[in-house]
Amino acid sequence: MIDQARIRSDFPILDWEIDGRPMAFLDSACSSQKPAQVIDAMMDALRDSYANVHRGAYTLSQEATEAYEGARRKVARFLNAAAPEEVVFTRSTTAAINLFAYGWGLGNLKPGDRVLISVMEHHSNIVPWHIIARHTGAELSFLDITGDYRIDLEKPEDYFDERVKIVSLSGMSNVLGTMPPIGEIARLAREVGAVMLVDGAQMVPHSPVDVQEMGTDFLAFSGHKMLGPTGIGVLWGRRELLEKMEPMEGGDEMIREVRLFESTWAPVPQKFEAGTPPFVEAIGLGVAVDYLSEIGMDQILEHDRKLTSYALRRLEEVPGLSIQGPANTIDRGGVVSFDIPGIHAHDIATILDQHGVAVRAGHHCAQPLMRRLGLAAATRASFHVYTSEADIDALVDALGVARRLLASTEAVTVR
Amino acid sequence: MASLEELYREVILDHYRSPRNRRVLERSNAGADGSNPLCGDEVRVDLLIEAGVITDIGVTGHGCSISQASGSMMGDAVKAKALDEVCRLTDRFKGMMSIEGAADPGLDPERPGAVLGDLEALQGVRKFPVRIKCADLPWTTLEEALGIYESG
Repeated sequence: MIDQARIRSDFPILDWEIDGRPMAFLDSACSSQKPAQVIDAMMDALRDSYANVHRGAYTLSQEATEAYEGARRKVARFLNAAAPEEVVFTRSTTAAINLFAYGWGLGNLKPGDRVLISVMEHHSNIVPWHIIARHTGAELSFLDITGDYRIDLEKPEDYFDERVKIVSLSGMSNVLGTMPPIGEIARLAREVGAVMLVDGAQMVPHSPVDVQEMGTDFLAFSGHKMLGPTGIGVLWGRRELLEKMEPMEGGDEMIREVRLFESTWAPVPQKFEAGTPPFVEAIGLGVAVDYLSEIGMDQILEHDRKLTSYALRRLEEVPGLSIQGPANTIDRGGVVSFDIPGIHAHDIATILDQHGVAVRAGHHCAQPLMRRLGLAAATRASFHVYTSEADIDALVDALGVARRLLASTEAVTVR
Repeated sequence: MASLEELYREVILDHYRSPRNRRVLERSNAGADGSNPLCGDEVRVDLLIEAGVITDIGVTGHGCSISQASGSMMGDAVKAKALDEVCRLTDRFKGMMSIEGAADPGLDPERPGAVLGDLEALQGVRKFPVRIKCADLPWTTLEEALGIYESG
């Protein structure tokens, strides 16, 4: 059981009121709020111990380097990685997936090869593969979803064969909340000799992760959805694969030696970190990881599950509302997307905003999934460790106002 | 903070619930599709233009209350008007909705709706900047249809 009053007091932004009402922040899947510990650590790094990393022989630079590499060790421990060198810092989840797509895909895919993803992916795990397919002549194939919003693995032989060279799959859908059976899919990928990446943008902030247990070869995620700052992400990869992977960006920091016509690369992970890295952000992420670990990721998963269960139950009270996502909390994370026929998601979001309830409305960077669901837009409420049942009550109350204002059988029949 | 009543005026809700000119024209000689991909609003405008006058208009599509109400009002506002007059009205509407622009000096605050009719109700949308593009969508689609008509 987490001590929510204490946790909420760590997040300065939760003191804000909108028109005299406490803000109900229900958009953590888009970006989470930050505890004072993270904010203070970054301010301290800028104010008291700032110098570039991996360069200066002076004390300040050595301290900054130690703090940056310390953050890498923290992240490695958080993931139970075999070594800190398996943690590559990037700008974001998107940048980490692109690094894998370019670094691994460009050199290893040829015409006729397949990249297997799913229809529920975020655009950042679709569009890089469109680009790589164009460069290499490889094709995309897609795991479908079932009627109860799970990944369809009824006939895996329909998807997994020797043509599949890369499997790239979300560990938790940012729209549905679905958490696919990664272990089973990794086994299927391994059987056909494919390399696998998990897009952990939603999964890593909300559930315990052990990369040595998961069975995947790569894992991408970012800091800003897990109580850390923007501008920092991670590509974890198995060391022997990272060593075979090509860098995507050239510059300083990633080289061993540069001559006029050629250069050689630094060892992993520096090979993939050209230029001055976002080390203040990495330090912030390290502190976020400390914060999450102290609460316990299993506790956070349990908290999300209870809230999701509560939200599913309360939203059922709203007449006409339908939920896009599994109806129970088994292998399901803390995002709840819904629509109310006759009321557009943008109208809902505006009315909710006027009641201090912050939600996301639109296609959620997953247009193929929305098309698959036959929806133009949906509204999404998403949680993190500071989210309370009172936030969900505020959501349900404000939805009542939206219905009173806009729900009309006439609007539906005119269509 | 702007109030919801300014955004969802009764006249806007009325156009949303009972949209005017919501039909596919049997006879038309101009048209265009418009969408705001970020929010999923979609509008289709069909026109019948005869002797430089919009003699019939159909506005279909789906989306939020503001985009659909704006399309409904637009149909009423441009029907039976000459093309140059429609251009002036379009410019004036976009000026009225512009977040930088001052309030339209030609409107009479004492008598709401006296000058531009129901369209004036959409002014409240300006206080909700993310929704302005919803109100603009039917008008940009109309402009596109007229552009295609004139260049073709």
